[in-house]
Amino acid sequence: MNSKIWLPAVLGLALVLQACGSNKDRTSSDGTYGSTTQTSEPYTDRIAPQPAPLDDSGFDTAAAAERALSTNVIYFDFDDTAIRAEYRGVVDAYARFLKDNPSARLRLEGHADERGTREYNLGLGERRALAVESALLAQGVSREQLSILSYGEERPEDLGHSESAWSKNRRVQLVRQ
Amino acid sequence: MKSLRWIAAVLLAVSGVARAELEITVQGGVEQALPIAIVPFTQIPDVKLDVAQVVEDDLRRSGRFKPLDRRDMLQKPSAPAQVDTSVWRAQGIDNVVMGQVSKTEQGYFARFFLVDSIGGQQVLGYDIPARSVDQMRYVAHQIADLIYEKLLGIPGYFNTKIAYVSAEGIGYQRNFELIVADADGWNPRVVATSREPLLSPAWSPDRKQLAYVGFERGRSAIYLHTLATGDVKRLVSERGINGSPTFSPDGRFLAMTLSFENNPDIYVVDLKTGNRRRLTDHYGIDTEPAWSPDGTKLAFTSDRGGQPQIYEISVNGGDPRRVTFEGRQNLRASYSPDGRSMALVNNTDGRYRIGLLDLGSGEMRVLSNGPLDESPSFAPGGAVVIYATQGRKGAELATVSVEGSVRQSLRQSGGDVREPAWSPLIR
Repeated sequence: MNSKIWLPAVLGLALVLQACGSNKDRTSSDGTYGSTTQTSEPYTDRIAPQPAPLDDSGFDTAAAAERALSTNVIYFDFDDTAIRAEYRGVVDAYARFLKDNPSARLRLEGHADERGTREYNLGLGERRALAVESALLAQGVSREQLSILSYGEERPEDLGHSESAWSKNRRVQLVRQ
Repeated sequence: MKSLRWIAAVLLAVSGVARAELEITVQGGVEQALPIAIVPFTQIPDVKLDVAQVVEDDLRRSGRFKPLDRRDMLQKPSAPAQVDTSVWRAQGIDNVVMGQVSKTEQGYFARFFLVDSIGGQQVLGYDIPARSVDQMRYVAHQIADLIYEKLLGIPGYFNTKIAYVSAEGIGYQRNFELIVADADGWNPRVVATSREPLLSPAWSPDRKQLAYVGFERGRSAIYLHTLATGDVKRLVSERGINGSPTFSPDGRFLAMTLSFENNPDIYVVDLKTGNRRRLTDHYGIDTEPAWSPDGTKLAFTSDRGGQPQIYEISVNGGDPRRVTFEGRQNLRASYSPDGRSMALVNNTDGRYRIGLLDLGSGEMRVLSNGPLDESPSFAPGGAVVIYATQGRKGAELATVSVEGSVRQSLRQSGGDVREPAWSPLIR
């Protein structure tokens, strides 16, 4: 059997299992400060980092990593800056990529939905970008490889005014420099 | 409901930088609006602008005046001697405005009079010069200002400007423009344009400069733009957020939000020396500073208590004092010119509306309908607040009287407009 067909299915299953395993640890966002005070390191606080999340026996790890690296957006819950479990694989892949390529640079662009004021949303966007940054730093990525930019609500992915639009706009974009 | 539609048919020749004008729609009015008659001025033929009409539109839109329809005028005097007070009194018109537009060797001028038909006397009379025909709109706004101040006792705000941001296009093709227009939406001019976001324009007290936030090469920055020369200076561009610039009332300092020392805090920069002072130091988001009119303290938004609320801090620093308690969130405060109240964004049950907080009683009054209103800014004199709102056809500007009863919307065809900032008066 061709391992290329297998790979997405196995990887997908792995991500689902990871998500199930860690869901209980996450408190749902009620928008209170409690969920954001810890945002400097939400990932490390709530989900123990796993140095080798992808089993490389018999699989094409380079392709798997490339696949995770092709994801360049991490979405967030309302008024929250915690990285959802489904994005662990993405963070892991970027961490490995950056460690393997010390000259690579990654810009973390933080975004917010349109609710609230523009300048306050610059702050929220920055918090989200910092959450991703500390997740990467926790895996040993060098700080010099990362930069942070908050666009707040100024660069929406979706111009609509519904929850479905807002959920696409609360995000961190990972931009390879 | 009254609707006035401005069509961009008579754009003045400021080619390249001219912009589609804002369409203005007025709703509501104050019940005790003063009846007034603005008689069409006697004008020389080369002045095409209907000066009296501009005066009338200004006064009507304020919600404080109820101008008499021209078709109902039984006489059309152009000087006080021609006024038959009994005719106006019979129609319930206490105040009659009339005038002439002429030309001398120095240029054009408008002479106008305000006559009290009850007392039968002239209460105002001025000659207002204009260097060129183009200036006649400003002459008309000055006339409206003088009438407004004489009859209401507070300064008029018609001869002022608004700065705002327009955004068009989608994704990375989105184009941002910083625009300055007359307070009635006329003569919009683009002062800055960028493919990156522009936000938070703020006027210097002498209204010669605008500070605003832009992005360049992966960083945000605060810029100082001198309007007369077009000169742009990048004032601050630290790592992280460079935001919320706002001039002190004396124009010597710029308060702002910077996050390079960990997270967003309020700083004050001396514009002459460049010295920078950190005013707040907290791990929450501190942002959106606003100076009190006497320059002794600043209000700012902070989520140090869990949700964003408004706090006040002395310009010398110290412990901030929380000011707002009503509603889930309160953000982006600005003081009224008399310092007795604050306009802010209030979020109650997920609706973002403009609130007016009485700083004496602590009472909050909601002025707008939401659900996504933001960026309140007082007009000089404090009778009106301008803000940004989500209209049916996109983001638009709106003004509301502080009584809350008169609203108007200012919309630009084909783009979102937001981030309004009302200029100070020229005194």
